[in-house]
Amino acid sequence: MNGLTYLKNVVTLDLDQQKCNGCKMCINVCPHEIFGFRDKKAFIKNKDLCMECGACEKNCPEGAISVRSGVGCAAGIINGILRGTEPSCDCSGSGKSCC
Amino acid sequence: MKEGYITGTIKTIFGSVPLVSTVWSRSDIWQTIKVRWNLGRMNYKVEPGLYAAGNPDATSDVFVSANFKLSFDHLRRALHGINAWILVLDTKGINVWCAAGKGTFGTAELINRIKIHALLNIVDHRNIIVPQLGAVGVSAHEVKSKTGFRVIYGPVRADDIRSFIETGYKATPEMRRVNFPLKDRIKLIPVEITYGKYYLLFIPALFFILAGFSAKGYTVDAAWHHGGRAVINLFSAYLAGCVLTPLFLPWIPFKRFSLKGLAVGWLITVLLLFLNLPGNNIIEIISWFLIIGAISSFMAMNFTGSSTFTSLSGVQKEMKLALPLQIAAAALGLIGWIVTRFI
Repeated sequence: MNGLTYLKNVVTLDLDQQKCNGCKMCINVCPHEIFGFRDKKAFIKNKDLCMECGACEKNCPEGAISVRSGVGCAAGIINGILRGTEPSCDCSGSGKSCC
Repeated sequence: MKEGYITGTIKTIFGSVPLVSTVWSRSDIWQTIKVRWNLGRMNYKVEPGLYAAGNPDATSDVFVSANFKLSFDHLRRALHGINAWILVLDTKGINVWCAAGKGTFGTAELINRIKIHALLNIVDHRNIIVPQLGAVGVSAHEVKSKTGFRVIYGPVRADDIRSFIETGYKATPEMRRVNFPLKDRIKLIPVEITYGKYYLLFIPALFFILAGFSAKGYTVDAAWHHGGRAVINLFSAYLAGCVLTPLFLPWIPFKRFSLKGLAVGWLITVLLLFLNLPGNNIIEIISWFLIIGAISSFMAMNFTGSSTFTSLSGVQKEMKLALPLQIAAAALGLIGWIVTRFI
């Protein structure tokens, strides 16, 4: 991806292949081609490229995927620290700027 | 509702549905430019609901969008010459990806809209096309079990919709991949510039006022001389972080955005040295390296929120180290700069 990759060995993505039914939804929804497919099951091929958006977890009908998803956004994390909440980019129409 | 993009209505058994233009008017283009500059961006909405493009019937495709007008505009433009239904979810005026992250573009709202607008009766088929980035908030199997509609994830970019339809409703790997090309980064820079808001006035003004003080008391001459330089240095630092770093992102070494910003900030400081803007005193020069580095690094780090490939875990790891250093560097630099006013 034209040289744009982020930190290595930080991503929380996990796939339990035992549960995988081979439906390929994770492959369909992933914006960074993290998943590959062999022997009728998905596998994680590019873990470090994952941005933890959580689309795969949300769309896995077997609950085989887990990832701590959230905004990869410094301003959102600062927001969270200041308010003592989860990182949030404060998008919901409160008039503040965001993502 | 008399919005410019609504050109008429289409009668269905469940009442009339607004028909939208699939061409951007001059006003749409002008509004887009304003929104890219963060003007009225938080209140740029369309009414959630069902819309028609072309002349859709019971066999036509249904495309789902967010009620951020920029998202909606890209979809309707992509549907030029296609007969389709557009189902706009209430995402509080936020784009698909961000709203999906928040859950407003989500399973519950999609199910809700499918029911409110009686989609079961509007179309004969049971497919609904959701933009792929909406998958962050939408659980396809849940929508299926609660409404009978099968969610088909469409391409990331609305512009690919035509080829998506031509290839038999299959998003190719290219259509699914999110890149971050120069063109996209340029579009985001104006909003980055506007982030500073009052700080952009307040901080340079503070330096300008402080610059007048010296061991001899307060002089306007000193304020002009040192304050003027300070203002230029501060703006350069800001632009290094939120314009130059995003622009040259893939070509700047380092993975961490804070380091990318620091590198660009220091490069700019070196250039400023040639113009004598950080001054001649070694303490002041070091102070400017600290201040410019800190500002540029911080602004660049904020660009993680606009980028398309940084993870929460990664940004947290990066910030844990970078944020304290940025604050320390800025504070130390400010102290050093004040000290040089008195020696």
